[in-house]
Amino acid sequence: MSEDVTFRVFRGEPDEEGVPNGEMVDYTVEMDEGMVVLDVIHRIQAEHAPDMSCRWNCKAGKCGSCSAEVNGKSRLMCMTRMEDILEETPENTPVVVKPMQAFPLTKDLVTDVQWAYDLNKTIPPLKGPEEMDWKFDQVEADRVQEFRSCIECMLCVNTCHVMREHQLFDEFAGPRFFVRLANLEMHPMDEDNRLEMIKDDFGLGYCNITRCCTEVCPAGINITDNAIIPLKERVVTEYYDPIAMIAKKVGLRK
Amino acid sequence: MTEDYTTHEYDVVIIGAGGAGLRAAIEATRQGASVAVICKSMLGKAHTVMAEGGAAAALANKDPRDSWETHFRDTMKGGKYLGDWRMAEIHAKESPDRIRELEQWGAIFDRTPEGLTNQRNFGGHTYPRLAHIGDATGLELIRTLQERGIHTGMEVFMEYTVRHLFKSDGRVSGCFAYNRVDGSLHVFKAKATVLATGGITRCWAVCSGSWEYTGEGHALAYWAGAEMGDMEFVQFHPTGMIWPPSVRGILVTEGVRGEGGMLTNSEGKRFMFDYVPEMYRDEFADTEAEAMEWVDSIVADETPTARRPPELLTRDVVAKAINSEREAGRASEHGGAYLNISWRPEEQVKKKLPGMYHQFKELAAVDITKEPMEVGPTAHYVMGGVKVDPITQESTIPGLYAAGEAATGLHGANRLGGNSLSDLITFGKRAGQYAAEAAEGIDVFGDIDDDELNRVIAETLAPLSREGGENPAKVVEDLRDMMQEKVGIIRQGHQLKEALDELESYREREASTSPGGTRIYNPGWHQALEIGAMIDISQMCALAALAREESRGGHTRLDFPTPEHSHWGKINSVITMGTSGEMELNHVTYPPIPDHLKQLLDADDLHEEE
Ligand SMILES: Cc1cc2nc3c(=O)[nH]c(=O)nc-3n(C[C@H](O)[C@H](O)[C@H](O)COP(=O)(O)OP(=O)(O)OC[C@H]3O[C@@H](n4cnc5c(N)ncnc54)[C@H](O)[C@@H]3O)c2cc1C
Ligand code: SF4
Ligand code: SF4
Ligand code: FES
Repeated sequence: MSEDVTFRVFRGEPDEEGVPNGEMVDYTVEMDEGMVVLDVIHRIQAEHAPDMSCRWNCKAGKCGSCSAEVNGKSRLMCMTRMEDILEETPENTPVVVKPMQAFPLTKDLVTDVQWAYDLNKTIPPLKGPEEMDWKFDQVEADRVQEFRSCIECMLCVNTCHVMREHQLFDEFAGPRFFVRLANLEMHPMDEDNRLEMIKDDFGLGYCNITRCCTEVCPAGINITDNAIIPLKERVVTEYYDPIAMIAKKVGLRK
Repeated sequence: MTEDYTTHEYDVVIIGAGGAGLRAAIEATRQGASVAVICKSMLGKAHTVMAEGGAAAALANKDPRDSWETHFRDTMKGGKYLGDWRMAEIHAKESPDRIRELEQWGAIFDRTPEGLTNQRNFGGHTYPRLAHIGDATGLELIRTLQERGIHTGMEVFMEYTVRHLFKSDGRVSGCFAYNRVDGSLHVFKAKATVLATGGITRCWAVCSGSWEYTGEGHALAYWAGAEMGDMEFVQFHPTGMIWPPSVRGILVTEGVRGEGGMLTNSEGKRFMFDYVPEMYRDEFADTEAEAMEWVDSIVADETPTARRPPELLTRDVVAKAINSEREAGRASEHGGAYLNISWRPEEQVKKKLPGMYHQFKELAAVDITKEPMEVGPTAHYVMGGVKVDPITQESTIPGLYAAGEAATGLHGANRLGGNSLSDLITFGKRAGQYAAEAAEGIDVFGDIDDDELNRVIAETLAPLSREGGENPAKVVEDLRDMMQEKVGIIRQGHQLKEALDELESYREREASTSPGGTRIYNPGWHQALEIGAMIDISQMCALAALAREESRGGHTRLDFPTPEHSHWGKINSVITMGTSGEMELNHVTYPPIPDHLKQLLDADDLHEEE
């Protein structure tokens, strides 16, 4: 049942100014049953282009390394079945694979995501209990376990227009880190409060709830409804709700 | 030729950013050491992220009968008594605190109704012992350590590959690495170095590991002169995916069986009842009714009184059973066995095993809540590795420490599921602590020999200037197929000898690969550089396997099909590099087990009389 498939893959590096400089190159390889996009990329490397760059590790949607844009859509290459791709690709046209466009290009399908690591460091870590005597039940755990399933693939950031079109990487923490912040703010053991940072430094206000991030999240996290909107509500309560403001002044709330 | 390189200086350099490396880094910085962490992939993506089922620790939250003593006993028994009892004792005693500490740092494991850390059943563990979050425990572990680690001051050099360890005056004094992204060259001087480089399973065609598992860490230690122990013991996990071909080897967590998954053959028979070894006969159900009773208690969240189903035997036993069923012509459609959890209610499967549900749905178009999975053995874990002091984790070379899968000792001939994640945090901590303490006592960095450095640089860059040779991917593919066939789950003397001969031809092929391209993010070049380590690792495994004329744990010889207790049951293999560069094999024993610990073990298993 093997048939050939043609991939049109971006090959290139940034020029001195950091502008991507390259071309789309066609490769045709044979396909086996059950292949995913990453398998085809590996076959291209093995048969045609050993130096073609791409990241991957787990090949099972667990590490978030293999993010790319396949036929214009942000996805994990290891969890995208060729069967589905061929269904959406018009006949006799190649499958188009590009690196994530919101991030600076490194080479071919690899981008520079250092921004994420730098930003993560600026988030105050969990302030947990000193004594080892905590208890919390599954209902409390459920609230944050969803956020903890994030594999840091950055597909949500790549898709969000605040980053992609407006490049507000310095003002806006982006969906991935709102997930992380929501995890901390709703964590049953955390005693810190990061709402001021969330409002000012992390620019939560830039998000206008388009839900594009949620749509692409391979971990199935309901980023907008479960992380961003509750954070927005908390910010409103903290800073714009008169009763809460008085309570804070007289020391009833942290 | 003079190539530019950058020199860095740190008290402690940690190679590897999986669970072991990150836990070591947290501890070393806590002691005040300056710490560099070097890793091949990006932070948070190391192999540990893939771990599924859980981390074993005798918290006794689910079953009050559990204790460190039972965990010690299970670990020794599962390792077929070839493990280092000193490490097994430390691990059993310290792992509960290491798990609690993770929660203190933000990990959210699944809960019991009382609000404590929940624990799940796994093969070889007498009681439910694995702290877990669904089937994504590795992600929880690595993310928690990562988020703790980035605030400790450790510096991370990600997408760097270490190629060589330097020694001065017999002590490891640093390492050489290249940056995978821009091809730049780096020397790291260190007062103490920790190897936390994970495993080697990429040497087999069907494996659960990623491209990182080429065994470079093991090879670095060997090249530096360290003793490598137990290299014949490779764990073939019984349940890897087998269909479609492109997903072959991807892991199906043992958690499926812990949650009541049943293994059947093409005739619909639950065959594991036929494979219960003598040493486990008392502990496992011998009828389907009894097995079902156990599962019912688990589902109802009650402490079971029935004995456990034979699907939860240790991995070596289950893997060989699936293999035997296939040999007997009773394989599933694509050559494995059926694993069925679909008899449990759909929501429960999705809650307990979300990753498996997703993985089969996306990759195999199988809905595990409705139909059985097809599974077969996959190379999964190496019990062998760098021999270490059980307390400090220092190798036989001063200044070099090892922890996690890169080290050996805890697991003996077969690792129990869940004992790796707890190994990482228990011994990762110790390695970081003792490395930092050692560094504190050292005032100046050791010298790095210029000739040695120039030679390493030349070797590193050589593949880029070769032309007309093979694609490195082809050499690696052939090597992995050869290892699968000749040094696989069932071994034979003549095949092991053939493997050792053939490996020599791979050295020639390795020396003439030509990946083409530049130094910028060039996977072909990176792969060309990995082959040397893969060949040495494969040779270690074949050599140690050829010598061990018995079957035990992860090592099975068709020509010596039973365990031999009086001789082999008491000795461990050790490989070192001889003076002229040849590989030398010896056998040694651990110190005798003191009586108070021996009493915890099953007297019948010890074969003292022989
Ligand atoms: C799919 C799967 C599921 C598993 N499930 C479980 C489970 O449920 N419970 C359990 O206990 N165990 C499980 N295991 C086993 C366990 O995950 C691993 O044994 C463990 O994570 C290894 O951790 P580590 O810290 O030793 O190394 P790793 O996490 O593998 O990290 C190795 C690090 O070393 C770096 N490195 C390697 N070589 C070099 C080099 N030359 N230069 C620079 N850096 C280098 C890598 O980049 C990486 O950062 C599972 C394994 C797999 C594959
Ligand atoms: S919902 Fe907000 S964060 Fe998500 S894509 Fe839209 S603007 Fe970006
Ligand atoms: S939130 Fe989802 S899309 Fe965003 S980084 Fe995490 S897993 Fe990826
Ligand atoms: S390779 Fe890990 S998510 Fe794709």
